Amino acid sequence: MAQIGYSKKVMEHFMNPRNVGVIENPDGYGKVGNPVCGDLMEIFIKVKDDRIDDIKFRTFGCGSAIAVSSMVTEMAKGKTLDEAMKITRKDVADELEGLPPQKMHCSNLGADALHVAIKDYWVKIGKIKPEEAKAEGEEGEACGTE
Amino acid sequence: MYGIYLDYQSASPVDPRVREFADRYLTKEFGNPSALHSCGLAARAALEEARSKVAELIGAEGPETIVFTAGATEANNLAIRGLAQRNAAKGKKLLGSSIEHISVLNPMKDLKKGGFDLSLVPVDGAGVVDLAALEGMLSKETILTSVMYANSEIGTIQPIREVSNLVHGKGLFLHVDATAACGKIPVDVQKDGIDLLTLSSNDLYGPQGAGALYVKPGVRIQPVLFGGGQERGLWSGTENLFALAGFGEAARLAKLEMAEESQRLSAIRDGLIKEIQKIDESYLTGHPKRRLPGHASFRFRRIEGESILLTLDAMFNIQVSTGSACSSRTLEPSHVLLAIGLKHEEAHGSMVMTLGKYSNPDQIPVVAQAVSQTVQRLRAISAL
Repeated sequence: MAQIGYSKKVMEHFMNPRNVGVIENPDGYGKVGNPVCGDLMEIFIKVKDDRIDDIKFRTFGCGSAIAVSSMVTEMAKGKTLDEAMKITRKDVADELEGLPPQKMHCSNLGADALHVAIKDYWVKIGKIKPEEAKAEGEEGEACGTE
Repeated sequence: MYGIYLDYQSASPVDPRVREFADRYLTKEFGNPSALHSCGLAARAALEEARSKVAELIGAEGPETIVFTAGATEANNLAIRGLAQRNAAKGKKLLGSSIEHISVLNPMKDLKKGGFDLSLVPVDGAGVVDLAALEGMLSKETILTSVMYANSEIGTIQPIREVSNLVHGKGLFLHVDATAACGKIPVDVQKDGIDLLTLSSNDLYGPQGAGALYVKPGVRIQPVLFGGGQERGLWSGTENLFALAGFGEAARLAKLEMAEESQRLSAIRDGLIKEIQKIDESYLTGHPKRRLPGHASFRFRRIEGESILLTLDAMFNIQVSTGSACSSRTLEPSHVLLAIGLKHEEAHGSMVMTLGKYSNPDQIPVVAQAVSQTVQRLRAISAL
Protein backbone atom coordinates (compact mmCIF):
# COMPACT_ATOMS: atom_id res chain seq x y z
CA MET A 1 0.00 0.00 0.00
CA ALA A 2 1.46 3.27 -1.13
CA GLN A 3 0.19 5.19 1.88
CA ILE A 4 2.37 3.13 4.26
CA GLY A 5 5.53 4.54 2.75
CA TYR A 6 7.23 7.73 3.86
CA SER A 7 8.55 10.53 1.68
CA LYS A 8 12.30 10.93 1.22
CA LYS A 9 12.14 14.02 3.38
CA VAL A 10 10.51 12.15 6.25
CA MET A 11 13.14 9.43 6.08
CA GLU A 12 15.91 12.00 5.87
CA HIS A 13 14.70 13.72 9.06
CA PHE A 14 14.04 10.38 10.75
CA MET A 15 17.54 9.14 10.03
CA ASN A 16 19.26 12.48 10.75
CA PRO A 17 17.04 14.26 13.25
CA ARG A 18 17.95 17.88 13.96
CA ASN A 19 18.00 19.41 17.43
CA VAL A 20 17.77 16.22 19.46
CA GLY A 21 18.36 16.61 23.16
CA VAL A 22 17.50 18.54 26.27
CA ILE A 23 17.96 22.19 27.26
CA GLU A 24 18.74 22.58 30.95
CA ASN A 25 16.57 25.25 32.57
CA PRO A 26 14.55 25.92 29.41
CA ASP A 27 12.50 29.08 29.08
CA GLY A 28 9.62 27.01 27.79
CA TYR A 29 8.77 23.32 27.87
CA GLY A 30 6.05 21.41 26.08
CA LYS A 31 5.17 17.74 26.34
CA VAL A 32 2.34 16.12 24.38
CA GLY A 33 1.22 12.65 23.40
CA ASN A 34 0.84 9.50 25.42
CA PRO A 35 3.07 6.42 25.54
CA VAL A 36 -0.10 4.32 25.53
CA CYS A 37 -0.80 5.69 22.05
CA GLY A 38 2.79 5.07 20.99
CA ASP A 39 4.07 8.62 20.89
CA LEU A 40 5.35 11.11 23.40
CA MET A 41 7.09 14.30 22.38
CA GLU A 42 8.82 16.98 24.41
CA ILE A 43 10.19 20.29 23.21
CA PHE A 44 12.51 22.66 25.09
CA ILE A 45 13.01 26.27 24.03
CA LYS A 46 15.38 29.06 24.91
CA VAL A 47 14.03 32.55 24.12
CA LYS A 48 16.08 35.64 23.33
CA ASP A 49 14.63 38.98 22.20
CA ASP A 50 11.25 37.32 21.70
CA ARG A 51 12.78 34.82 19.30
CA ILE A 52 13.40 31.09 19.62
CA ASP A 53 17.13 31.14 20.16
CA ASP A 54 17.54 27.44 20.78
CA ILE A 55 15.22 24.48 20.58
CA LYS A 56 15.62 20.76 21.37
CA PHE A 57 13.33 17.78 21.34
CA ARG A 58 13.06 14.21 22.52
CA THR A 59 10.50 11.83 21.10
CA PHE A 60 9.29 8.32 21.77
CA GLY A 61 7.40 7.21 18.71
CA CYS A 62 7.25 6.02 15.17
CA GLY A 63 9.21 7.26 12.16
CA SER A 64 6.86 10.10 11.39
CA ALA A 65 6.72 11.26 15.03
CA ILE A 66 10.51 11.58 15.09
CA ALA A 67 10.65 13.26 11.66
CA VAL A 68 7.88 15.69 12.62
CA SER A 69 9.69 16.64 15.83
CA SER A 70 12.88 17.27 13.94
CA MET A 71 11.12 19.30 11.27
CA VAL A 72 9.12 21.44 13.65
CA THR A 73 12.22 22.36 15.64
CA GLU A 74 14.00 23.31 12.44
CA MET A 75 11.07 25.40 11.27
CA ALA A 76 10.74 27.19 14.61
CA LYS A 77 14.38 27.96 15.27
CA GLY A 78 15.10 31.68 14.90
CA LYS A 79 11.46 32.63 14.46
CA THR A 80 9.69 35.11 16.72
CA LEU A 81 7.32 33.49 19.18
CA ASP A 82 4.30 34.89 17.32
CA GLU A 83 5.60 33.49 14.06
CA ALA A 84 6.29 30.12 15.66
CA MET A 85 2.77 30.05 17.09
CA LYS A 86 1.48 30.31 13.53
CA ILE A 87 3.23 27.11 12.43
CA THR A 88 0.34 24.75 11.82
CA ARG A 89 0.12 20.99 11.75
CA LYS A 90 -0.37 21.24 8.01
CA ASP A 91 2.75 23.38 7.56
CA VAL A 92 4.83 20.68 9.21
CA ALA A 93 3.31 17.91 7.10
CA ASP A 94 3.76 19.98 3.94
CA GLU A 95 7.41 20.69 4.72
CA LEU A 96 7.89 16.93 5.07
CA GLU A 97 6.39 16.45 1.60
CA GLY A 98 3.32 14.86 3.09
CA LEU A 99 2.59 12.10 5.57
CA PRO A 100 0.54 8.94 5.08
CA PRO A 101 -3.10 9.66 6.06
CA GLN A 102 -3.00 7.48 9.17
CA LYS A 103 0.10 9.32 10.34
CA MET A 104 -1.31 12.83 10.18
CA HIS A 105 -1.87 12.85 13.94
CA CYS A 106 1.91 12.77 14.38
CA SER A 107 2.21 16.11 12.67
CA ASN A 108 -0.39 17.43 15.08
CA LEU A 109 1.82 16.43 17.97
CA GLY A 110 4.79 18.36 16.60
CA ALA A 111 3.02 21.68 16.28
CA ASP A 112 1.19 21.08 19.56
CA ALA A 113 4.38 20.44 21.50
CA LEU A 114 5.92 23.61 20.09
CA HIS A 115 2.87 25.69 20.96
CA VAL A 116 2.70 24.25 24.47
CA ALA A 117 6.36 25.16 25.00
CA ILE A 118 5.76 28.73 23.82
CA LYS A 119 2.69 29.11 26.02
CA ASP A 120 4.66 27.72 28.94
CA TYR A 121 7.10 30.57 28.41
CA TRP A 122 4.31 33.12 28.11
CA VAL A 123 2.82 31.90 31.37
CA LYS A 124 6.23 32.26 33.04
CA ILE A 125 6.60 35.86 31.91
CA GLY A 126 2.98 36.63 32.77
CA LYS A 127 1.80 37.25 29.21
CA ILE A 128 -1.00 34.70 29.47
CA LYS A 129 -2.78 32.93 32.32
CA PRO A 130 -2.04 29.25 33.05
CA GLU A 131 -5.56 28.20 32.01
CA GLU A 132 -4.95 29.68 28.55
CA ALA A 133 -1.98 27.36 28.02
CA LYS A 134 -3.76 24.07 27.45
CA ALA A 135 -2.62 21.68 24.75
CA GLU A 136 -4.48 21.75 21.48
CA GLY A 137 -6.20 18.72 20.14
CA GLU A 138 -5.00 15.75 22.08
CA GLU A 139 -7.01 16.05 25.25
CA GLY A 140 -9.46 13.28 25.99
CA GLU A 141 -9.26 11.82 22.53
CA ALA A 142 -8.63 8.24 21.51
CA CYS A 143 -5.21 7.34 20.17
CA GLY A 144 -4.62 8.35 16.60
CA THR A 145 -7.65 10.56 16.10
CA GLU A 146 -7.46 14.21 15.19
CA MET B 1 18.26 -7.12 -3.85
CA TYR B 2 17.52 -7.29 -0.13
CA GLY B 3 20.03 -7.24 2.66
CA ILE B 4 19.39 -9.54 5.59
CA TYR B 5 15.75 -10.43 5.16
CA LEU B 6 14.12 -11.50 8.44
CA ASP B 7 10.45 -11.24 7.58
CA TYR B 8 9.78 -14.64 6.04
CA GLN B 9 6.52 -14.91 7.96
CA SER B 10 4.98 -12.08 6.00
CA ALA B 11 6.35 -13.08 2.61
CA SER B 12 8.77 -15.74 1.48
CA PRO B 13 10.66 -16.09 -1.77
CA VAL B 14 9.45 -18.86 -4.03
CA ASP B 15 11.85 -21.80 -4.08
CA PRO B 16 13.57 -21.81 -7.51
CA ARG B 17 12.78 -25.53 -7.82
CA VAL B 18 9.11 -24.75 -7.28
CA ARG B 19 9.19 -22.06 -9.88
CA GLU B 20 10.89 -24.31 -12.35
CA PHE B 21 8.33 -27.02 -11.69
CA ALA B 22 5.29 -24.75 -11.95
CA ASP B 23 6.42 -22.45 -14.75
CA ARG B 24 4.95 -24.65 -17.47
CA TYR B 25 1.45 -24.07 -16.04
CA LEU B 26 1.74 -20.37 -16.76
CA THR B 27 2.87 -20.60 -20.33
CA LYS B 28 2.35 -24.05 -21.81
CA GLU B 29 0.02 -26.27 -19.81
CA PHE B 30 -2.43 -23.55 -18.99
CA GLY B 31 -5.69 -25.43 -19.43
CA ASN B 32 -8.79 -25.07 -17.30
CA PRO B 33 -9.07 -28.12 -15.02
CA SER B 34 -12.83 -28.18 -15.60
CA ALA B 35 -12.54 -28.46 -19.40
CA LEU B 36 -13.03 -31.88 -20.99
CA HIS B 37 -10.50 -31.57 -23.80
CA SER B 38 -6.95 -32.83 -23.51
CA CYS B 39 -5.60 -29.49 -22.24
CA GLY B 40 -8.22 -29.48 -19.52
CA LEU B 41 -7.51 -33.07 -18.57
CA ALA B 42 -3.79 -32.35 -18.29
CA ALA B 43 -4.55 -29.38 -16.07
CA ARG B 44 -6.87 -31.53 -13.96
CA ALA B 45 -4.11 -34.11 -13.53
CA ALA B 46 -1.66 -31.40 -12.43
CA LEU B 47 -4.20 -30.02 -9.98
CA GLU B 48 -4.89 -33.44 -8.49
CA GLU B 49 -1.19 -34.14 -8.17
CA ALA B 50 -0.83 -30.92 -6.21
CA ARG B 51 -3.75 -31.93 -4.01
CA SER B 52 -2.08 -35.25 -3.19
CA LYS B 53 1.18 -33.56 -2.28
CA VAL B 54 -0.55 -31.11 0.05
CA ALA B 55 -2.56 -33.93 1.64
CA GLU B 56 0.64 -35.87 2.28
CA LEU B 57 2.35 -32.95 3.98
CA ILE B 58 -0.34 -32.83 6.67
CA GLY B 59 -0.99 -36.57 6.96
CA ALA B 60 -4.51 -36.29 5.57
CA GLU B 61 -6.69 -39.33 4.82
CA GLY B 62 -6.52 -38.58 1.10
CA PRO B 63 -6.38 -35.85 -1.51
CA GLU B 64 -10.16 -35.43 -1.50
CA THR B 65 -9.88 -33.79 1.93
CA ILE B 66 -8.07 -30.77 0.45
CA VAL B 67 -10.08 -27.77 -0.73
CA PHE B 68 -7.90 -25.31 -2.60
CA THR B 69 -8.39 -21.59 -2.11
CA ALA B 70 -6.36 -18.55 -3.07
CA GLY B 71 -4.77 -18.23 0.36
CA ALA B 72 -5.04 -18.73 4.10
CA THR B 73 -7.45 -15.86 4.65
CA GLU B 74 -9.94 -17.49 2.28
CA ALA B 75 -9.44 -20.91 3.86
CA ASN B 76 -10.02 -19.45 7.33
CA ASN B 77 -13.15 -17.66 6.18
CA LEU B 78 -14.46 -20.85 4.60
CA ALA B 79 -13.74 -22.84 7.75
CA ILE B 80 -15.35 -20.38 10.16
CA ARG B 81 -18.38 -19.38 8.12
CA GLY B 82 -18.80 -22.73 6.45
CA LEU B 83 -18.88 -24.70 9.70
CA ALA B 84 -20.84 -22.14 11.71
CA GLN B 85 -23.56 -21.70 9.12
CA ARG B 86 -23.83 -25.43 8.46
CA ASN B 87 -24.35 -26.13 12.17
CA ALA B 88 -26.32 -23.05 13.16
CA ALA B 89 -29.33 -25.20 14.05
CA LYS B 90 -27.32 -27.08 16.69
CA GLY B 91 -26.01 -24.04 18.50
CA LYS B 92 -24.70 -20.54 18.14
CA LYS B 93 -21.53 -20.57 20.18
CA LEU B 94 -18.16 -19.88 18.59
CA LEU B 95 -14.89 -20.20 20.48
CA GLY B 96 -11.50 -18.94 19.42
CA SER B 97 -8.23 -18.32 21.17
CA SER B 98 -7.59 -14.66 21.86
CA ILE B 99 -4.48 -14.71 19.65
CA GLU B 100 -6.05 -16.08 16.46
CA HIS B 101 -5.16 -14.40 13.19
CA ILE B 102 -7.53 -11.64 12.14
CA SER B 103 -8.71 -13.78 9.23
CA VAL B 104 -10.17 -16.10 11.89
CA LEU B 105 -11.30 -13.46 14.36
CA ASN B 106 -12.91 -11.11 11.87
CA PRO B 107 -15.26 -13.68 10.28
CA MET B 108 -16.19 -14.73 13.83
CA LYS B 109 -16.92 -11.13 14.76
CA ASP B 110 -18.99 -10.76 11.64
CA LEU B 111 -20.97 -13.88 12.53
CA LYS B 112 -21.51 -12.39 15.97
CA LYS B 113 -23.31 -9.48 14.33
CA GLY B 114 -25.57 -12.06 12.71
CA GLY B 115 -26.60 -13.56 16.03
CA PHE B 116 -23.80 -15.98 16.89
CA ASP B 117 -22.17 -15.85 20.27
CA LEU B 118 -18.37 -15.41 20.37
CA SER B 119 -16.05 -16.12 23.29
CA LEU B 120 -12.28 -15.86 23.30
CA VAL B 121 -10.14 -18.30 25.24
CA PRO B 122 -7.35 -16.54 27.15
CA VAL B 123 -3.67 -17.37 26.78
CA ASP B 124 -0.91 -17.14 29.37
CA GLY B 125 2.01 -14.72 29.27
CA ALA B 126 3.89 -16.98 26.87
CA GLY B 127 0.91 -17.17 24.54
CA VAL B 128 -0.15 -20.74 25.40
CA VAL B 129 -3.89 -21.26 25.36
CA ASP B 130 -5.40 -21.80 28.82
CA LEU B 131 -6.67 -25.39 28.61
CA ALA B 132 -8.67 -25.23 31.83
CA ALA B 133 -10.41 -22.10 30.63
CA LEU B 134 -11.07 -23.72 27.26
CA GLU B 135 -12.59 -26.77 28.91
CA GLY B 136 -14.84 -24.58 31.02
CA MET B 137 -16.00 -22.61 27.99
CA LEU B 138 -16.94 -25.60 25.82
CA SER B 139 -20.59 -26.53 25.80
CA LYS B 140 -22.75 -28.61 23.50
CA GLU B 141 -23.83 -25.43 21.72
CA THR B 142 -20.20 -24.71 20.79
CA ILE B 143 -20.40 -25.51 17.10
CA LEU B 144 -16.90 -24.31 16.31
CA THR B 145 -13.63 -23.98 18.22
CA SER B 146 -10.65 -22.44 16.48
CA VAL B 147 -7.14 -22.62 17.93
CA MET B 148 -4.10 -21.91 15.81
CA TYR B 149 -1.19 -24.34 15.59
CA ALA B 150 1.44 -21.66 16.07
CA ASN B 151 1.34 -17.89 16.27
CA SER B 152 3.09 -15.79 13.67
CA GLU B 153 3.76 -12.81 15.94
CA ILE B 154 5.18 -14.52 19.01
CA GLY B 155 6.08 -17.94 17.60
CA THR B 156 4.33 -19.91 20.34
CA ILE B 157 3.23 -23.44 19.43
CA GLN B 158 -0.07 -24.56 20.96
CA PRO B 159 -0.71 -27.91 22.62
CA ILE B 160 -3.04 -28.88 19.77
CA ARG B 161 -3.50 -32.52 20.82
CA GLU B 162 -4.67 -31.49 24.28
CA VAL B 163 -6.97 -28.91 22.73
CA SER B 164 -8.31 -31.55 20.36
CA ASN B 165 -8.91 -34.01 23.18
CA LEU B 166 -10.96 -31.45 25.07
CA VAL B 167 -12.98 -30.42 22.01
CA HIS B 168 -13.55 -33.98 20.78
CA GLY B 169 -14.26 -35.14 24.32
CA LYS B 170 -17.43 -33.12 24.03
CA GLY B 171 -18.14 -34.26 20.49
CA LEU B 172 -17.37 -30.86 18.98
CA PHE B 173 -15.45 -29.60 15.92
CA LEU B 174 -11.95 -28.12 15.93
CA HIS B 175 -10.52 -25.79 13.30
CA VAL B 176 -6.78 -25.19 13.37
CA ASP B 177 -5.09 -22.37 11.50
CA ALA B 178 -1.71 -23.93 10.76
CA THR B 179 -0.52 -21.25 8.34
CA ALA B 180 2.54 -20.38 10.42
CA ALA B 181 3.29 -24.00 11.40
CA CYS B 182 2.99 -26.07 8.24
CA GLY B 183 6.33 -26.81 6.66
CA LYS B 184 8.11 -25.67 9.82
CA ILE B 185 7.05 -28.30 12.34
CA PRO B 186 5.35 -31.66 11.82
CA VAL B 187 1.59 -31.28 11.45
CA ASP B 188 -0.51 -34.43 11.21
CA VAL B 189 -4.23 -33.88 11.03
CA GLN B 190 -5.06 -37.47 11.97
CA LYS B 191 -2.68 -37.87 14.88
CA ASP B 192 -3.38 -34.33 16.08
CA GLY B 193 -7.14 -34.83 15.84
CA ILE B 194 -8.03 -31.90 13.58
CA ASP B 195 -11.34 -31.47 11.74
CA LEU B 196 -10.49 -28.41 9.65
CA LEU B 197 -7.01 -27.09 9.00
CA THR B 198 -5.79 -24.03 7.14
CA LEU B 199 -2.45 -23.79 5.39
CA SER B 200 -0.90 -21.59 2.75
CA SER B 201 1.52 -21.97 -0.11
CA ASN B 202 3.85 -19.02 0.38
CA ASP B 203 4.77 -20.14 3.90
CA LEU B 204 6.22 -23.25 2.25
CA TYR B 205 8.13 -21.22 -0.38
CA GLY B 206 5.36 -21.78 -2.88
CA PRO B 207 3.76 -18.97 -4.91
CA GLN B 208 1.42 -16.51 -3.23
CA GLY B 209 -2.25 -16.77 -4.10
CA ALA B 210 -2.65 -20.39 -3.07
CA GLY B 211 -3.93 -21.93 0.14
CA ALA B 212 -5.97 -24.85 1.31
CA LEU B 213 -8.54 -25.95 3.80
CA TYR B 214 -8.34 -29.55 4.94
CA VAL B 215 -11.81 -30.92 5.68
CA LYS B 216 -11.87 -34.19 7.57
CA PRO B 217 -13.98 -36.88 5.89
CA GLY B 218 -17.48 -36.74 7.32
CA VAL B 219 -17.22 -33.13 8.50
CA ARG B 220 -19.77 -31.05 6.63
CA ILE B 221 -19.34 -27.40 5.86
CA GLN B 222 -21.31 -25.05 3.70
CA PRO B 223 -19.92 -23.00 0.82
CA VAL B 224 -19.59 -19.29 1.43
CA LEU B 225 -19.13 -18.18 -2.15
CA PHE B 226 -20.99 -19.41 -5.14
CA GLY B 227 -20.19 -19.96 -8.78
CA GLY B 228 -19.12 -22.86 -10.93
CA GLY B 229 -18.92 -25.32 -8.07
CA GLN B 230 -15.21 -26.06 -8.21
CA GLU B 231 -13.48 -27.70 -5.26
CA ARG B 232 -16.41 -29.96 -4.38
CA GLY B 233 -18.65 -26.93 -4.51
CA LEU B 234 -16.82 -25.42 -1.54
CA TRP B 235 -14.66 -22.89 -3.35
CA SER B 236 -15.97 -21.80 -6.72
CA GLY B 237 -13.75 -20.16 -9.30
CA THR B 238 -11.31 -21.41 -11.90
CA GLU B 239 -8.30 -22.79 -10.10
CA ASN B 240 -5.01 -20.86 -10.19
CA LEU B 241 -3.13 -23.75 -11.70
CA PHE B 242 0.33 -22.20 -11.60
CA ALA B 243 0.08 -21.24 -7.94
CA LEU B 244 -1.56 -24.50 -6.89
CA ALA B 245 0.88 -26.71 -8.79
CA GLY B 246 3.68 -24.72 -7.14
CA PHE B 247 1.95 -25.11 -3.78
CA GLY B 248 1.93 -28.87 -4.26
CA GLU B 249 5.58 -29.01 -5.19
CA ALA B 250 6.47 -26.75 -2.27
CA ALA B 251 4.56 -29.09 0.05
CA ARG B 252 6.45 -32.09 -1.30
CA LEU B 253 9.80 -30.36 -0.75
CA ALA B 254 8.78 -29.18 2.72
CA LYS B 255 7.94 -32.71 3.76
CA LEU B 256 11.33 -33.92 2.59
CA GLU B 257 13.44 -31.11 4.00
CA MET B 258 11.56 -29.85 7.04
CA ALA B 259 13.36 -31.81 9.73
CA GLU B 260 16.83 -30.73 8.70
CA GLU B 261 15.85 -27.15 7.92
CA SER B 262 14.04 -26.75 11.25
CA GLN B 263 17.10 -27.87 13.12
CA ARG B 264 19.26 -25.44 11.19
CA LEU B 265 16.88 -22.53 11.76
CA SER B 266 16.42 -23.33 15.45
CA ALA B 267 20.16 -22.98 15.98
CA ILE B 268 20.25 -19.57 14.28
CA ARG B 269 17.14 -18.50 16.21
CA ASP B 270 18.67 -19.50 19.53
CA GLY B 271 21.83 -17.58 18.69
CA LEU B 272 19.84 -14.47 17.85
CA ILE B 273 17.72 -14.72 20.98
CA LYS B 274 20.79 -15.14 23.15
CA GLU B 275 22.57 -12.14 21.64
CA ILE B 276 19.61 -9.78 21.45
CA GLN B 277 18.56 -10.50 25.02
CA LYS B 278 21.90 -9.05 26.13
CA ILE B 279 20.54 -5.61 25.21
CA ASP B 280 19.25 -3.64 28.23
CA GLU B 281 15.53 -3.85 28.81
CA SER B 282 14.92 -6.26 25.96
CA TYR B 283 12.53 -9.15 26.42
CA LEU B 284 11.63 -12.22 24.41
CA THR B 285 7.93 -12.38 23.53
CA GLY B 286 6.22 -15.75 23.28
CA HIS B 287 7.28 -19.08 24.66
CA PRO B 288 11.02 -19.59 25.30
CA LYS B 289 10.94 -23.25 24.22
CA ARG B 290 7.67 -24.15 22.52
CA ARG B 291 8.22 -21.82 19.60
CA LEU B 292 8.58 -22.03 15.83
CA PRO B 293 12.08 -22.94 14.64
CA GLY B 294 12.78 -19.71 12.77
CA HIS B 295 10.95 -17.32 15.06
CA ALA B 296 12.59 -14.72 17.30
CA SER B 297 10.36 -11.96 18.70
CA PHE B 298 11.18 -9.29 21.21
CA ARG B 299 10.11 -6.09 22.81
CA PHE B 300 12.24 -3.19 23.91
CA ARG B 301 11.32 -0.65 26.52
CA ARG B 302 11.18 3.10 25.78
CA ILE B 303 11.29 2.80 22.00
CA GLU B 304 8.71 2.12 19.32
CA GLY B 305 8.65 -0.77 16.86
CA GLU B 306 8.11 1.08 13.61
CA SER B 307 11.18 3.21 14.35
CA ILE B 308 13.14 0.01 14.97
CA LEU B 309 11.94 -1.44 11.67
CA LEU B 310 12.77 1.72 9.71
CA THR B 311 16.19 2.16 11.28
CA LEU B 312 17.20 -1.45 10.70
CA ASP B 313 16.06 -1.15 7.10
CA ALA B 314 17.56 2.24 6.25
CA MET B 315 20.77 2.00 8.22
CA PHE B 316 21.61 -1.71 8.15
CA ASN B 317 19.55 -3.13 5.27
CA ILE B 318 17.90 -5.62 7.63
CA GLN B 319 14.17 -6.27 7.19
CA VAL B 320 12.05 -7.14 10.23
CA SER B 321 8.44 -6.81 11.33
CA THR B 322 6.64 -5.22 14.31
CA GLY B 323 3.35 -5.51 16.15
CA SER B 324 3.41 -1.85 17.06
CA ALA B 325 0.23 0.10 16.53
CA CYS B 326 2.06 2.75 14.57
CA SER B 327 2.76 0.40 11.73
CA SER B 328 -0.77 -0.93 11.44
CA ARG B 329 -3.64 0.49 9.46
CA THR B 330 -5.86 0.75 12.51
CA LEU B 331 -3.27 2.28 14.86
CA GLU B 332 -4.20 -0.39 17.38
CA PRO B 333 -1.36 -2.43 18.84
CA SER B 334 -1.35 -6.12 18.01
CA HIS B 335 -4.17 -7.99 19.77
CA VAL B 336 -1.71 -10.85 20.27
CA LEU B 337 0.67 -8.73 22.33
CA LEU B 338 -2.21 -7.37 24.41
CA ALA B 339 -3.57 -10.91 24.92
CA ILE B 340 -0.27 -12.09 26.42
CA GLY B 341 -0.68 -9.33 28.98
CA LEU B 342 1.49 -6.55 27.62
CA LYS B 343 0.44 -2.98 28.26
CA HIS B 344 -0.08 -0.78 25.22
CA GLU B 345 3.18 1.07 25.77
CA GLU B 346 5.01 -2.27 26.01
CA ALA B 347 3.37 -3.65 22.88
CA HIS B 348 4.54 -0.60 20.92
CA GLY B 349 8.16 -1.70 21.36
CA SER B 350 7.81 -4.99 19.51
CA MET B 351 10.15 -6.42 16.90
CA VAL B 352 9.58 -9.73 15.12
CA MET B 353 12.27 -11.62 13.23
CA THR B 354 11.33 -14.66 11.18
CA LEU B 355 14.08 -16.67 9.58
CA GLY B 356 14.05 -18.77 6.47
CA LYS B 357 15.83 -20.43 3.63
CA TYR B 358 18.52 -17.80 3.13
CA SER B 359 19.23 -17.11 6.80
CA ASN B 360 22.60 -18.27 8.02
CA PRO B 361 24.56 -18.33 11.29
CA ASP B 362 27.00 -15.67 10.08
CA GLN B 363 24.15 -13.20 10.24
CA ILE B 364 23.71 -13.58 14.01
CA PRO B 365 26.48 -11.20 15.15
CA VAL B 366 25.71 -8.72 12.35
CA VAL B 367 22.01 -8.58 13.23
CA ALA B 368 22.61 -8.47 16.97
CA GLN B 369 25.05 -5.59 16.57
CA ALA B 370 22.64 -3.70 14.30
CA VAL B 371 19.75 -4.17 16.73
CA SER B 372 21.89 -3.03 19.62
CA GLN B 373 22.90 0.15 17.76
CA THR B 374 19.33 0.76 16.65
CA VAL B 375 18.02 0.49 20.19
CA GLN B 376 20.76 2.80 21.44
CA ARG B 377 20.05 5.39 18.74
CA LEU B 378 16.32 5.44 19.40
CA ARG B 379 16.70 5.54 23.16
CA ALA B 380 18.97 8.55 22.79
CA ILE B 381 16.09 10.32 21.00
CA SER B 382 13.32 8.96 23.24
CA ALA B 383 11.36 11.10 25.65
CA LEU B 384 10.80 8.07 27.89
